[in-house]
Amino acid sequence: MALISKKDAALIKDPFLDNNPITIQVLGICSALAITAELKASIVMSVSVLFVLGLGNVVISLMRNIIPSKIRIIVQLIVVATLVIIVDLVLKAFAYELSKTLSVFVGLIITNCIIMGRFEAFALGNGPWRSFLDGIGNAVGYAVILIAVGFFRELLGSGTLLGFKVLGDPIEKTGLYAIGYENNGFMLLSPMALIVVGIIIWIQRTKNTSLIEEN
Amino acid sequence: MEHIELFFKSIFIDNMVFATFLGMCSYLAVSKKVSTAVGLGAAVIFVLAVTVPLNWLLDQYILQEGALSWLGEDYAQYDLSFLSFIMFIATIATMVQLVEIIVEKFSPSLYNSLGIFLPLIAVNCAILGGSLFMQSREIPSLGLALTYGVGSGIGWFLAILAIAAIREKIRYSSVPPALRGLGITFIITGLMAIGFMSFGGMLTGGDEKKEEPKTEEAKVEVQKELNKEEDAKIVAENTNLNNN
Repeated sequence: MALISKKDAALIKDPFLDNNPITIQVLGICSALAITAELKASIVMSVSVLFVLGLGNVVISLMRNIIPSKIRIIVQLIVVATLVIIVDLVLKAFAYELSKTLSVFVGLIITNCIIMGRFEAFALGNGPWRSFLDGIGNAVGYAVILIAVGFFRELLGSGTLLGFKVLGDPIEKTGLYAIGYENNGFMLLSPMALIVVGIIIWIQRTKNTSLIEEN
Repeated sequence: MEHIELFFKSIFIDNMVFATFLGMCSYLAVSKKVSTAVGLGAAVIFVLAVTVPLNWLLDQYILQEGALSWLGEDYAQYDLSFLSFIMFIATIATMVQLVEIIVEKFSPSLYNSLGIFLPLIAVNCAILGGSLFMQSREIPSLGLALTYGVGSGIGWFLAILAIAAIREKIRYSSVPPALRGLGITFIITGLMAIGFMSFGGMLTGGDEKKEEPKTEEAKVEVQKELNKEEDAKIVAENTNLNNN
């Protein structure tokens, strides 16, 4: 028996491109934009969301038959908040500097619309295994955009990737800097994150014209 | 003065949408028409003005390190700040529900205009973000927390109003097909955020200017005193001469 059936595989694959949480479903934008000035922060954020979404979807899916629908939002928030507290404490213990850079945005995973959106749209109506796959798929779709934005912003903004000087040293004028290349400091400012995501959406919809909106 | 400064700072310089990208989901989803944007914006101001001061009280008297000392000395060493996420979000969710019930009871007309947006707001990152920023920036008093809540609410309101107005107009222009809808909204928001960055000089610029005259004044005063001393010397010498 295959572990992942064809139908289940679609759960993971769809959010990757054609139903991407950020560029198509418009969920979870806040954190995607604020912390992508460095690649490292984007990766850590993606992993945190992967953990919270995967586990949260399973928990909600297991409880779906006993949650009264009137108070489901509060129940969902408590589940997410508990998972996020775990992530926050782990980050503070093992990556203190990074948790300072992410500041309130770790806490804001709670209100990241991807999580509530997937709970509402999927976990409340499906079994734990499928919910888990859906959670992982959406978190990966989110991570792809986050990492792409982080990659371009760090590369063009400070000429580094994960802190390594891939384009040479700007002070000693080695590598690309020797022929007069300059870092574009503007990429590090937050408005550029919006424009980079805008361009990603543009490219994606040019490739797949069925996604184009009416207006 | 403090209040006014924080008020304008939270509207323009630390604008929720353009500086910290909070509440983007509803900002993008509900900004197609000005009228609905106004409703959601008003609800956000309202909820922020209630939850930020409330969470400030929670933070001050329950969550912070040593905050429980009002219960007695035995409790003074407790630090419950790790619970702040869950406490804040629980307060917000309950407050939103409570506000909804109260508004429905006392002002049906307001309920009709805000009502549908209130449940949306519980999961708006701008609301939780307001409380978390209030905590991390260590806002010192309840009054300032209220000012911060109202100010950032108005900032969010301004942002969603502006983008909704632009989106209503942009329907008449020919945007490249692949950019229509979401794409162009992102890019416009980026450009608006660049515009809002120019407000950044509002406070810091003022501070620098304030400091410079002070040092100059001090120099002038010192020089004046020096001059006085010199004058006194000259006068004294002259009087001495005259006496001689």
